[in-house]
Amino acid sequence: MTSKFLLALALTIAAPFIGGLVTGIDRKITARLQSRYGPPIAQPFYDVLKLLGKDRMVVNMWQALCPVVTLTASALCVFLFGMQADLLLIFFVLTVGGVFLIMGAMAAPSPYSQIGAQRELMQMLAYEPLLILVFVSFSMVTGSFKIADVYAYGRPLLPQLPLMFIVLGYALTIKLRKSPFDIAACHHAHQEIVRGVLTEYSGPNLALIEIAHWFDVALILGLCSLFWSTSALGAATLLAGAYFLELVIDNVTARMTWRFMLQNALGVGLALSVLNIVWQSFNN
Amino acid sequence: MSLTDWINKGRLKSPWVVHFDCGSCNGCDIEVLACLTPLYDVERFGILNIGNPKHADVLVVTGTVNHRNKTVLKNIYDQMPGPKAVIAVGACGLSGGVFREAYNVVGGVDKVIPVDVYVPGCPAKPESIIDGVVKALDVVKTKLGLA
Repeated sequence: MTSKFLLALALTIAAPFIGGLVTGIDRKITARLQSRYGPPIAQPFYDVLKLLGKDRMVVNMWQALCPVVTLTASALCVFLFGMQADLLLIFFVLTVGGVFLIMGAMAAPSPYSQIGAQRELMQMLAYEPLLILVFVSFSMVTGSFKIADVYAYGRPLLPQLPLMFIVLGYALTIKLRKSPFDIAACHHAHQEIVRGVLTEYSGPNLALIEIAHWFDVALILGLCSLFWSTSALGAATLLAGAYFLELVIDNVTARMTWRFMLQNALGVGLALSVLNIVWQSFNN
Repeated sequence: MSLTDWINKGRLKSPWVVHFDCGSCNGCDIEVLACLTPLYDVERFGILNIGNPKHADVLVVTGTVNHRNKTVLKNIYDQMPGPKAVIAVGACGLSGGVFREAYNVVGGVDKVIPVDVYVPGCPAKPESIIDGVVKALDVVKTKLGLA
């Protein structure tokens, strides 16, 4: 138990560095795909360090509170993942973080912040059912919602849940703010509704949200790795392949509307989930 | 290295720019946007064209200031959290250019807010705008007491 706790603690400390590094590589590869040279790999860390050193400007007290809760929730999610806890518990904590980000944006009267918050709510509406279905399919195969049981299962989940991996890919695209689903706040077009949900966050508060995003990146990659939990090499290949595909999709698609996101992510995602779960239950 | 040193390193490596067209003819604006294209790719220096003054570190202003938009310019400047720098781009941004005698023109950007770097040209070349941002970083360095 103590060793598990220490492992989870180490993972929580390492997670922002992993997430930041992945973001840096992401920006570099994206630049290369657009035939640009791109920023250094450590650029996300420079950005966050700079933001931490900027003057603190807040509109009201909610803006000061919400990023802290978001960051705590994201860090707690990674810690729970390290503890191999219940997937549903992780899901609920992740939701609390997302809701507080939206509350902070809603607390400011700026129309850009408001519309960004509404779109973020739409995004949550799209990815949360998909994420729950992925967890349900895990439990149908392994018989429990615990991550520990996924590891104890002894076989990779991917051959049994191939369609669920695509469903998780949809959730990943929305949560990582990638095109075509980057409607609330975009990593490329910074002018788009003045960065939407992030409009009113500035300086150190924005830095906290960025660090929370790194935790989320690490968590989602961790969830992806559960599909091939038996081999470190297999998990790494799966993650690298999935993330590269994500980058290609990000670069070849345009930013779409929230209607497209709901129809596409929820429609296709739910259909794939039902197919996979029915097929899987007949297989057993 | 202390935390302050790390933060200062970040400040010099990641200048986020907000671009304000203060009544320019769009000549300088096109040159500013040209800096983002694959040919110049300012992102390799960590420079991002951010659309939000609350996220920005450097304010790039093109065009003459007139009596209508001087309050907007001042407002955008005040919304930026410090430390910050201002770059005036083009002949109009520097002095009012050919419009300086017009009845509605206040003059250059420095009549309203403090300007750190002046980039001349009509329009200013993308190379000189990038050079201006690098010069602005030197100004920030001096302000932080690093130079």
